Amino acid sequence: MKINMFQRMIAGLMMSASLIAPTYAQDDLDNPAWFMVDDGMALWETPNGPNDVSLEECDLGLGAGVVEGAFAQLPRYFEDTNQVMDIEARILHCMETIQGRDLVDVLAKPYSNAGGPGTEMEALVAYVASESNGMELATPQDHPAEQAAYELGEQLFYFRAGPHDFSCATCHSQSNKRIRLTELANLTNDESGPVFGSWPAYRKTEGVVRTMGWRLQSCSRQQRLTQLQIGSEATTALEVFLAVNGAGAEITAPGYKR
Amino acid sequence: MKKVVMIFMSLALVAPFSIAEQGIENVWKASTKEVGQAKYDRLSQDELQDACSTKGGVKEGYDVNVLRQKAQESIVYPKYETFDPSYYLGDWKNGESIAKNGKGLQYNDDPKDPNGGNCYACHQMAQEEVAYGTLGTTLQNYGMRGQSEVMMQYTWAKIYNPHVYNVCSMMPRFGVNGILTEQQMKDVMAYLLDPNSPVNN
Ligand code: HEC
Ligand code: HEC
Repeated sequence: MKINMFQRMIAGLMMSASLIAPTYAQDDLDNPAWFMVDDGMALWETPNGPNDVSLEECDLGLGAGVVEGAFAQLPRYFEDTNQVMDIEARILHCMETIQGRDLVDVLAKPYSNAGGPGTEMEALVAYVASESNGMELATPQDHPAEQAAYELGEQLFYFRAGPHDFSCATCHSQSNKRIRLTELANLTNDESGPVFGSWPAYRKTEGVVRTMGWRLQSCSRQQRLTQLQIGSEATTALEVFLAVNGAGAEITAPGYKR
Repeated sequence: MKKVVMIFMSLALVAPFSIAEQGIENVWKASTKEVGQAKYDRLSQDELQDACSTKGGVKEGYDVNVLRQKAQESIVYPKYETFDPSYYLGDWKNGESIAKNGKGLQYNDDPKDPNGGNCYACHQMAQEEVAYGTLGTTLQNYGMRGQSEVMMQYTWAKIYNPHVYNVCSMMPRFGVNGILTEQQMKDVMAYLLDPNSPVNN
């Protein structure tokens, strides 16, 4: 269920006045990620860069200007770049091609520090993802490049390396397991759906909205490998693997996590 | 700063059908950056890592017995003339902090700090510690198994290179890969086997 700032205010008023049963889940109303969604929407619509245009003409896969439902079908193959791109790679692409921006600033710090104010990328991703809230994950597997990305993602997922011999599978290929107190979903089957569909998410422990790109980067650190980069081929392929395994799950983004 | 853009651009230019020729290692390389102590050499697999990089079991073409034999040969045991358990056992209190410490060898860790063993990420150990993972078996009351030479060698080998027993064990090779020092491994051994350790009380 998608709620905007106005609806949230109304719902808040209704709840505080205890007039009617609240229309929106308590979780949604309490989730600070929705403020990032509002920021993201504003950023999306604000002209920026040398071309002084907004991102509103960005094609996220469903045609120029269509945001609603786009996240549910990402990552996907884009003809104009001849590659499979995830949400972050595509936003970067639009910043560069539509707004004419030099990506140095964005790429220098795509993800905020814990407790930080949040980056432009995080806000934009939160906004775009929220426009698929309540829909089903339907990551396409029609184009050969999309199928190849899935296969690559699978191989990356099982690739053991580094001083600890970890692969993603070490920590994420069994059901009902924990690391310390953290429950780990099995990301090789449909348990992956609710996980994939709940990012980007507000992380209570860090006080910021995190994206899936950040999540995988953080796991590459735990895996003792070199640092996964935003919009990279491996990031995208891993996302395809996770999203396709979880096809059909309801998108709850922006999520709320410990 | 220009470098960052170049990295991104080169990623963007990777054609979608090139996986097979590129190799997985190179996809990781092109998609990641060296940060801190994490350098690209970490992406080069050794034989065992390659053999175990598959959905369940061992990759075709590998002989399990040969791999296990090689794992056995990789183990360096403490040196002694006549066996005494003390050759394997350090200080269980140090062992406890090693077992709880999840840091070490990540790109944001200070290489000057000692590495942790992070045993609690995967194992239940002392009864009082409830924040334990379940990827591995419980090690509670491990000391009940006694301190025979066979038991000492088994536990040492398990920590040094667990692939001797389970060829594609998910447990890190703390000895072979130099995650823990010999002294740290002895301390962890004491944490598991010392009758006074909370693992056994
Ligand atoms: C050493 C263990 C480990 C490895 C290796 C690892 N992860 Fe994780 N991963 C975790 C932990 C622990 C969490 C939960 C962290 C938290 O909640 O703070 C997590 C969280 C995640 C999540 C979010 C789960 C959720 O419920 O929202 C995803 C997705 C994920 N990892 C994917 C991956 C991928 C893909 C790889 C390989 C590139 C990988 N991980 C490697 C331990 C690991
Ligand atoms: C990433 C998860 C992981 C970590 C970290 C880990 N282990 Fe293990 N360990 C396992 C698994 C899984 C097994 C089960 C046997 C196997 O597959 O090798 C195991 C088995 C063992 C065994 C044999 C148990 C038995 O009943 O005979 C011992 C002893 C052991 N681990 C000790 C340790 C110690 C000590 C540490 C920390 C220095 C540690 N482990 C860290 C995953 C882990």
